[in-house]
Amino acid sequence: MTSALSAEAPTAPPAPAGTAVLARLEAEAIHIIREVVAEFDRPAMLFSGGKDSVVMLHLAIKAFAPGPVPFPVVHIDTGHNFPEVIEFRDRTVERHGLRLVIGSVKELIDAGALQERADGTRNPLQTVPLLNTIAEHRFDALFGGARRDEDRARAKERILSLRDEFGQWDPRNQRPELWNLYNGRHRPGQHVRAFPISNWTELDIWRYIALEDIALPSLYYAHEREVFHRDSMVRAVGPHSLPGEHEPVERLWVRYRTVGDMSCTGAVRSRATTNDLVLNEVASATVTERGATRADDRLSEAAMEDRKKDGYF
Amino acid sequence: MTHTPTPGTLLRLATAGSVDDGKSTLVGRLLHDAHAILSDQLAAVTRSSAERGFGAAPAGSDTRDDPDAGPALDLALLTDGLRDEREQGITIDVAYRYFATDRRSFVLADCPGHVQYTRNTVTGASTADAVVLLVDVRHGVVEQTRRHLAVATLLRVEHVIVAVNKIDAVDYSEEAFRAVERDIVQVSRELRGPERTGSPGGPEPIVVPVSALHGDNVVTTSTRTPWYTPHTPGTSAYSGQALLPILEQLPDADASARRTEPLRLPVQSVIRAHGGYRGYAGQIAAGTLRVGDTVRIQPGIQLTQVTGLERTTLQEQHAAETSTAGTSATASEVAAAGESLTIRLAGDHDVARGSVLTDPQRPAVELDEVTLQVAWLHQRPAVAGSRVLFKHGTATIKALVAEVSDRLDLNTLRSGPADQLQLNDIGTVTLRLASVLPVDDYSVSKRTGAGLLIDPADGNTLAAAMIHLPDPQDADATAPDSDEDWLNS
Ligand SMILES: Nc1nc2c(ncn2[C@@H]2O[C@H](COP(=O)(O)OP(=O)(O)O)[C@@H](O)[C@H]2O)c(=O)[nH]1
Ligand SMILES: [Mg+2]
Repeated sequence: MTSALSAEAPTAPPAPAGTAVLARLEAEAIHIIREVVAEFDRPAMLFSGGKDSVVMLHLAIKAFAPGPVPFPVVHIDTGHNFPEVIEFRDRTVERHGLRLVIGSVKELIDAGALQERADGTRNPLQTVPLLNTIAEHRFDALFGGARRDEDRARAKERILSLRDEFGQWDPRNQRPELWNLYNGRHRPGQHVRAFPISNWTELDIWRYIALEDIALPSLYYAHEREVFHRDSMVRAVGPHSLPGEHEPVERLWVRYRTVGDMSCTGAVRSRATTNDLVLNEVASATVTERGATRADDRLSEAAMEDRKKDGYF
Repeated sequence: MTHTPTPGTLLRLATAGSVDDGKSTLVGRLLHDAHAILSDQLAAVTRSSAERGFGAAPAGSDTRDDPDAGPALDLALLTDGLRDEREQGITIDVAYRYFATDRRSFVLADCPGHVQYTRNTVTGASTADAVVLLVDVRHGVVEQTRRHLAVATLLRVEHVIVAVNKIDAVDYSEEAFRAVERDIVQVSRELRGPERTGSPGGPEPIVVPVSALHGDNVVTTSTRTPWYTPHTPGTSAYSGQALLPILEQLPDADASARRTEPLRLPVQSVIRAHGGYRGYAGQIAAGTLRVGDTVRIQPGIQLTQVTGLERTTLQEQHAAETSTAGTSATASEVAAAGESLTIRLAGDHDVARGSVLTDPQRPAVELDEVTLQVAWLHQRPAVAGSRVLFKHGTATIKALVAEVSDRLDLNTLRSGPADQLQLNDIGTVTLRLASVLPVDDYSVSKRTGAGLLIDPADGNTLAAAMIHLPDPQDADATAPDSDEDWLNS
């Protein structure tokens, strides 16, 4: 496994896909979002500014147009986010008149309720502030932008996934999910995670972004940036991502395939500056997006499964 | 390995078959040979395969051309994603995988085969356009094969493909394959036969000899099964073709068929916005809809007119693309089955979540007692007198199990009288409903003919239910008086 994606400038963009697949996925996602809002008292939607959550929010806006989005958005802020993404988040929230609820990893660390990890990665630390936020606001349903093609543990998740009082996921004991009838019944203290874009692939997401002309944080497009290499990933130089002594800094054309914590998200070398060029690149990728760019998922083969069982997104 | 899929339509698949028949291996083989496995996933599987004793051949190499060499990869690891699954070498829950060829996109649900996980097979089959049922050629048709064929028949999955697997293990013997093929056709006929309630469901199964491990007849036709040819008398039109090309060609079960059905639009919610805007949101379950249409509001007999459609630009564009040439200008104004939209209605009517907008010429039947074929999915058995919730479309109402009448015997494939249904049983129950519901026969409309039985105490799903409309002369079943409180409270 060497470089994630070919760094050469892509050639012709892929042939335009028929709309049949995206039309079916869009209709399914809107149906799910409306079902959850109708059946739960206090829903909320996770919104990180990442491409999947941007698409999910776009679908939510459509689902209730011309009315307002009838729930707040939640961001679990690690304190190590890319500044471009936080700006994007705030602009989006303002443009659509949404209510933003922030759960802070940093506050919990400062208060001594959470311990910084030895490797400095804060993604796994999001679970506690997430569960605190759910409890504090008494959310009974939380929309997440997870896709089943992201990871083998995610591939096992239902569209509506029941979580116990501790936010835990029990993969051996999931409810059967039949037709498009989503059973969200739960006891007090339990809540449900809802994944409206479960059946979308990374390629579907990009096709949809291009087709609908959806705005994303600038990080997703190729730009020149100071980087260094660590764990065979390209890492941005920034306040929470400093090169070590033997990690020389260089300027490269890169873009991000996923946008998470600055301390664990890697970039890929790329010249793709437009949606069509990105689409072409994703279609010919030889490494998964998490494999290419997430140090946290490389911790072990079951890293995602373990985090999910504990109440992670 | 550069691959740029340009998918046409989306086909949803589910695997079925008993444990160890090779479902996960087949899925892994499909993904691998369709180039849907990226290098980091392959590297992870190669590592784990070596730990599990695979890899007599050089790591990462493929043994499809040499059935005598030890397989290098445990392809099942591509879908068995949970730690317990990898350690025990079994599949515990449905894993969804995605791949695309130049002709089609696929969503594949790999379902476990253990009897205790039958609920997962029902889950996978309920949203599937096609079921791929695996049979180990050395064992032939076993009880799980019959159970899964029964589930696919009951749920009316459009296409059933039986992959007779491990054909390598019987030296690619035609005789062994034909024997299994005969049994499959026989069982399938009995299941769909007139003695079962309801009309026969779906076309005959397509039977294909494969080796998931070595790749024979999975993506390309194998030279090791020269006897598997087109136009063999008594076999399907797909005979002679490998599994993947068959999957690419299966007629689209989706939109086109449902367009011609009478309109069913279950209302999900009412959307209000400034300026007195009032719209009704929902996903069209069957039929088509355009501005000016008269619709009936069910339950009830009120009629009203559609005054506006709010659709996404993507749905409009798709409608225009799929319409026949020359009619696209009007076709893009017609919303069809599968579409999520918001509509406006003339006048001031009582329309809310749970209402169904229907074709006034061909409305849904309103009943307060329904006969259901059920797949029972929970430890708590079905008995007369049980209080349940019935979730149907966008309505959830209280109900009582008035009667458990029969149960399918998987050995004889006959329904016999029963007064209980246990976990994994298939049978018939009658429900008394707290209020009338507009329903359809499942064989006529899947979306408005299906329901869930839910335990009101803990919220668990008890059963998948398929509505069977009764003959008019059916006698009313009565329930004990004490239960009236439950229905009326
Ligand atoms: N000889 C042979 N063995 C196979 C074939 N397909 C699967 N197997 C083996 O059968 C066992 C069970 O396979 P698995 O895919 O886990 O079955 P599942 O339980 O149906 O998912 C494994 O040891 C596989 O390697 C095949 O085509 N030929
Ligand atoms: Mg398996």
